[in-house]
Amino acid sequence: MTVPGDASRRQRLTIAILALGGQGGGVLADWILATANSSGYVAQGTSVPGVAQRTGTTVYYIEMLPRRDDASPVLALNPVPGDVDIVIASELMEAGRAVLRGFVSGGTTLITSTHRIYAIAEKSAMGNGIAASQRILAAAERRAGRFIGFDMDRAAAGAGSVISSVMLGALAASAALPFTREQFEAAIHSGGKAVAANLAGFAAGLAQALGEVPEEAAAAPVPAPTTAAGRAALARIEALPSAARPLAVEGVRRLMDYQGADYAALYLDRLENIAALDHAGDRLTRETARYLALWMSYEDIIRVADLKTRASRFERVRAEVGTRPDQVQSITEYMHPRLQEVCEILPAGIGRAILRRPALNRLLAPLFGKGRHVETSSVRWFLLLAAMAGLRRFRPASLRYHEEQARIEAWLAAVHAAALVNLDLAAEIVGAQRLIKGYGSTFARGLANFEAVMAALPGLDRGGDAPARLHALVEAALADEHGIALHRELAAVDGAAVASAASR
Amino acid sequence: FTGEGILAITKALLENGVGYVGGYQGAPISHLMDVLADAQDLLAELGVRYTANASEAAAAAMLAASVHYPIRGAVTFKGPVGVNVASDAIANLSSSGVTGGALIIVGEDYGEDSSIMQERTHAFAMKSQMWLLDPRPNLTAIVDAVEMGFQLSEASNTPVMLELRVRACHVTGSFIARDNRRPPLTVGEAARSPVRDVNRIVLPPANFLHEVEKIERRWPAAVAFIAEHKLNEHFGPADDDIGIIVQGGLFNTLNRALELAGLSDDYGNVAVPVYCLNVTYPLIPAEVAAFCAGKRAVLLVEEGQPEFIEHELNTLLRRADLQTRIVGKDLLPRAGEYTGQVLRDGIAAFLRDWAPERAPALLAPAAADPALAEVPQRPAGFCTGCPERPIFSAMKLVQRDLGPLHVSADIGCHLFSILPPFHIGNTTMGYGLGTAGASAFRSDGQGGGNGGRAVAMMGDGGFWHNGLTSGIGNAVFNQDDSVTIVVDNGYSAATGGQDILSSAGETAGRQTRHPIEAAARGMGVAWTRTLTRTYDVAKMRDTLKDALTTPETGPKVIVAQSECMLNKERREKPQRAAAVKAGKRVVREKFGIDADTCTGDHSCIRLSGCPSLTVAPNPDPLRQDPIAHIDSSCVGCGHCGEVSHAAVLCPSFYKAQVVSNPGLFDRWRASFRATVIGWLQARGQRALAGRSY
Repeated sequence: MTVPGDASRRQRLTIAILALGGQGGGVLADWILATANSSGYVAQGTSVPGVAQRTGTTVYYIEMLPRRDDASPVLALNPVPGDVDIVIASELMEAGRAVLRGFVSGGTTLITSTHRIYAIAEKSAMGNGIAASQRILAAAERRAGRFIGFDMDRAAAGAGSVISSVMLGALAASAALPFTREQFEAAIHSGGKAVAANLAGFAAGLAQALGEVPEEAAAAPVPAPTTAAGRAALARIEALPSAARPLAVEGVRRLMDYQGADYAALYLDRLENIAALDHAGDRLTRETARYLALWMSYEDIIRVADLKTRASRFERVRAEVGTRPDQVQSITEYMHPRLQEVCEILPAGIGRAILRRPALNRLLAPLFGKGRHVETSSVRWFLLLAAMAGLRRFRPASLRYHEEQARIEAWLAAVHAAALVNLDLAAEIVGAQRLIKGYGSTFARGLANFEAVMAALPGLDRGGDAPARLHALVEAALADEHGIALHRELAAVDGAAVASAASR
Repeated sequence: FTGEGILAITKALLENGVGYVGGYQGAPISHLMDVLADAQDLLAELGVRYTANASEAAAAAMLAASVHYPIRGAVTFKGPVGVNVASDAIANLSSSGVTGGALIIVGEDYGEDSSIMQERTHAFAMKSQMWLLDPRPNLTAIVDAVEMGFQLSEASNTPVMLELRVRACHVTGSFIARDNRRPPLTVGEAARSPVRDVNRIVLPPANFLHEVEKIERRWPAAVAFIAEHKLNEHFGPADDDIGIIVQGGLFNTLNRALELAGLSDDYGNVAVPVYCLNVTYPLIPAEVAAFCAGKRAVLLVEEGQPEFIEHELNTLLRRADLQTRIVGKDLLPRAGEYTGQVLRDGIAAFLRDWAPERAPALLAPAAADPALAEVPQRPAGFCTGCPERPIFSAMKLVQRDLGPLHVSADIGCHLFSILPPFHIGNTTMGYGLGTAGASAFRSDGQGGGNGGRAVAMMGDGGFWHNGLTSGIGNAVFNQDDSVTIVVDNGYSAATGGQDILSSAGETAGRQTRHPIEAAARGMGVAWTRTLTRTYDVAKMRDTLKDALTTPETGPKVIVAQSECMLNKERREKPQRAAAVKAGKRVVREKFGIDADTCTGDHSCIRLSGCPSLTVAPNPDPLRQDPIAHIDSSCVGCGHCGEVSHAAVLCPSFYKAQVVSNPGLFDRWRASFRATVIGWLQARGQRALAGRSY
C-alpha cells in the first residue's frame, strides 16, 4: 500500500466542464472519456442531464488515472473546490461561475470561450442589463494557474463546426492531459458523427489556442462628407466642442437620411443653441447631439417602410439568415399599424380630425385592428411599402411631425433653462430622452414615463443633487414595466418638495 | 459491458432472470424506461413482459405478480415523488409479502439540479418495512446490488428498493457481463395456472398476521441474509479509536474527502476504519455493535433529513450499552447534498474534535472577488421554439387586460412559467394535480377582471397520470369554475418523449391517439376547446379570455396542442439535411430583427424568453441600449413574430423563408422580383445618395 495523501504522487486528473444546454458538453465529455480510456487511463464521467437542455447550466465531471491491472480506482462523482485540474467553460459567464464555485485555483488550467450567451435577466432589462464581461474575464485570468480563452463560438462558425469540437481542440493544445493530438482525433473518429466537421473544429480550436487571440477591430473612423450639403454641415459641426463632433456627424447623417439637408440644418440650429450655453464644452453638447438626433428621427410608418425596402437591408437579411446564392429567399414582416399610427402620417388637420371623433374612430379602427404579414419581397407589397416610404417629402406636414417638434421644443426649452443654472442637470434632462423608444404601447409607456419625469423637474430644486436625483428617476422608469419603481421615486420627490416648501 | 449506470441495471435485470419489468419515467431513471422500450423485441424473445405503466402506483401494483408466483419483477421510478404516488401499492405489497424477488429501482432526485421537493425515499422503506439498498456508485457494485436485491427479497419474502442518486445513474464505467437468463417461470405460464393463497391477501385476519410476520420472520431473515452475504463492507484498518459509517452511495465522495485529508488514496485504501452501508435499511445490530465497540467516536455520513439512520444507530448503541459517541448531523450539515466540499470540511472538523493529530491543516478560504457578483443566474426556461412559451405569452397578455390571475401550476416543463420572464404560477402541488390545486377557489359571482376564476395548468403526462380523475373529475363533480389548460405536446415531453395515451404517433404494442378533449368531455366537462397550434398567440389569448369571462358555469378545459420542439427538431433536422443533400426542394424559416428599427426596449424578450431571442450590442453609434437579436439557433417557430403582432409591439421582426434546391417556379418568380424590386431599389439608392451627408 502506498502512503495515502502524498500529493507529490498524485496521478489523478480531474476535469469539470461547465456548459449550457445545446452546446454539446456531453459530447465533449464523451470524447475526453474515449481518449483517456483508449490511451492507458481509467476514466469515469458523470453528469446531471435534463435541466441543461432547458437553458440552464450544468457541470460534467471527469476523473481519470493511469490504468493498473491489480486495482480498480475509487473515483468521485463531483468536483471538490481546489481539486480540479482542468476547467472547460463554454461561455464567459460559465468560466466566472466556475471561479465562483471554487473550481478554479492556482493549479487549474482554465479553458474558456470568451463569447457571451446572455442570461434572461440580462436580456429582459428595459435598458442595458448586460453584465461586465471584462471584469469577469480579468477575475478568471487572475485566479487560474493557466488561462486559455478565445471566442470559440466564432471559431466554430468559422470552421463550419460546433463549439464542443473547438473546446476539445483547445484542450489538446493546452497539453494539460497526457494525450497526443492523434489520440484526441481518434476519439472523434470513433464517435462516428459529423467526423469531418468535428475534426475541422478541433483543428481550429487547437490552432487558435496555440496562437494569439486576434485583437478586436478598432472603432470605425468618423465618415467624411460626400455631398455639398454634407460639407456645409461639417463646417458648422467643426465649430462645436470637439467632444460632440463625432456624434454630431452621426446626427447629421441620420437626419439627412431620414428627411433631408434642411431638417439636418434644423438639428444643427438646435444643437448650436444648446452648445452656446455649454461653457464646459463637453457633456451637455455631446449628449444633446445624440439624443436630439434620435428624437428628431422618430419612428413612423414612413421611416419603417423606408428602412424595410432598402437594398442594403435585403442584403443584410441574406447575411444574417445565411442564405446562399443558390437559394431563394423571401422576407415577411410582422407589422401592426393601428389607426393611430396611420393618422399620424396624414396631414395634421385631417389626422387630428379623425382621432378627435370617437364615432369615426370606432368605424375605422377595425380596418387596422389586425396584424399584417407583409411580404416585402413580393412586388405587390414592395410597391406599397415603397409608396409609403415616398411620403417622406410630405412628412413635415404630418400630424406626428407637428406633435414631435412641439415636444422637442418643450424639452429643449427645459434643457436651456436648466443649462443657465446647472450644466449637469441640463445634461440629465437631455439623457431622459432615452425613455422614449419603441412603437405602439411601448412608445406610449415610454412617453408617459418621460412626461412624468419632466413634470417632477420643478420639485427637484436646482441644487447640487438635482442631477443625481433626476438620473435616479430615469433609472427607476427603466426598472420595471409597470412603473412601480418610478411611482415610488416620484412620491419621494413630491414628499421632499412639500417638506422643503413647508420649511420655507 | 461499458456504459452508464442506468444501462448497467437493464443488463443486470436480464442476467438475473427477471420475468417482468415496468415503471414510470422521470429524472434520473427515464433512460431506463427508454432502454426497456427500445429492447422490447429482445425482452419478448426472453419471455420477459414489459409494461409502460400509467403511473408509479400502477407500476408498484404490477409487482403483485410476485406475491404468489416465483417470478422476479422489477419496476423503476423516481424518488421520492414517484414513491409518494406508489406508496399505496407499496404498502399493500409489503404487507402481502412476495414469493418471487420484487425490486423497485428508485432514482433519488436529491441535491444539485433537482427540481422537486427535497425529501428521502428512506422514510417509505421504514414505514412499509421493505429493504433499502444504497450501493457504492460504480457499475460492478450496482450490478451486484441487483443480483443481491432479488436474492434478499426472496430470502425475506419482502420487496426491496434499490436507490441510486442522480450522478450514479449517469456515471460511466464497465463491468464483466454474463449471459441473459430466461425467467424460470414466465408471466404467461403463471396466468395459465393461477395460484391463490388467502394468507397473502391484505384483509382480516391476514393483515394482522402480516405485521407479526414482518417482525418475527421476514426482518430476522433479512438481517441474517445481509450479514451472511456481507452486503455491507468494511474498509481500512481493524483497530482504531475512531471510525466512519457511510451510506454506500456516498462512499466515493467520502474517499475523496479522506484522500484530501491525507487519509486515503485513489484506490480506496483508507487509513481510518470505514463501515459502508450498502444496505441502509434495515441496520444489522451485531455488525454495528462490533464496529463501534472500542471506538470513542464514529462519524455517520448520512445524506438528507430526518436523520433516520442516526436515530437508529443511537438506539442500537444504547441497547448494546456502548458509550461510543455517534457524530452525525450535529457536525455535518442537517440539510442539503453531501458534496465533496461538504465532506472534506466535515472530515476535517471531525478529526479536529476527535483525532487532532491526524487533522489536516486548515484551508484558507479563497477571497471573494467582487467582480464575480455579476455572474448572472441561469434559471431553467423553455427551449428554443418551445410550444409552451406562447401559452404563457398569451396569459401575460390576458393579465394585461383582466388583471392578475391565480394560477395553479403542475409538474412538467410548463412549471418554468414561474421563472423569468413570465412570472406566472402561484403553487404546484404535484404531478397532475394542477386542477385539484385550484379547487378551493370559486367565483363568488362578484365579477372582477378575471371573474374570480382560477387558472390551472396541466401537462398531457400529468393529465393521464391522474389529472383526469383527481383534477377534471373532481372539478366536474363539485362544479368548479376554474379554467384548466392542458398542454398537449404529443408525448411525455419533459421526461424525454415517452409515449402516453394521447401521443400523436403510433407505437407498436401500445395504443395511442386518444384525444384529451374527448376524455375531458367524457368526464362531463361541457366547455372544452382544442387549439391545434399554440404559436397562434392571439387565438390563445382570446380563447383564454373567453373561458375566463363566459357566463357558462362549471369547469372549462382548453387543450393546447403543438409538438415539443426539442424532440421534433431532433427528429426532423437530420431528415431536412438529408433532403437538401438529395437535391429536394426544402423550405427553411428563420426569424430576424432589423437592427435599425429596433429601439432596444426588449418588450419582446419579456413576453417570450426564447433562448434564440437575445440581445446584441447596438450597431447604431447614437443608440446605447443593446438591441434585440435572433441568433442562429432559431428554429422558425414564429412565436416572436406572433407575440409582436398580438401585443402590438414593433415592426422589427421579420421572417425569412429560404428555399433550398428551388424549383423552376421559385426561380422564375425570384428573378422577376429581383428585376422589378432591384430597379426600384437602385432608384431609391440614387435618391438617398443625393440627400446623404
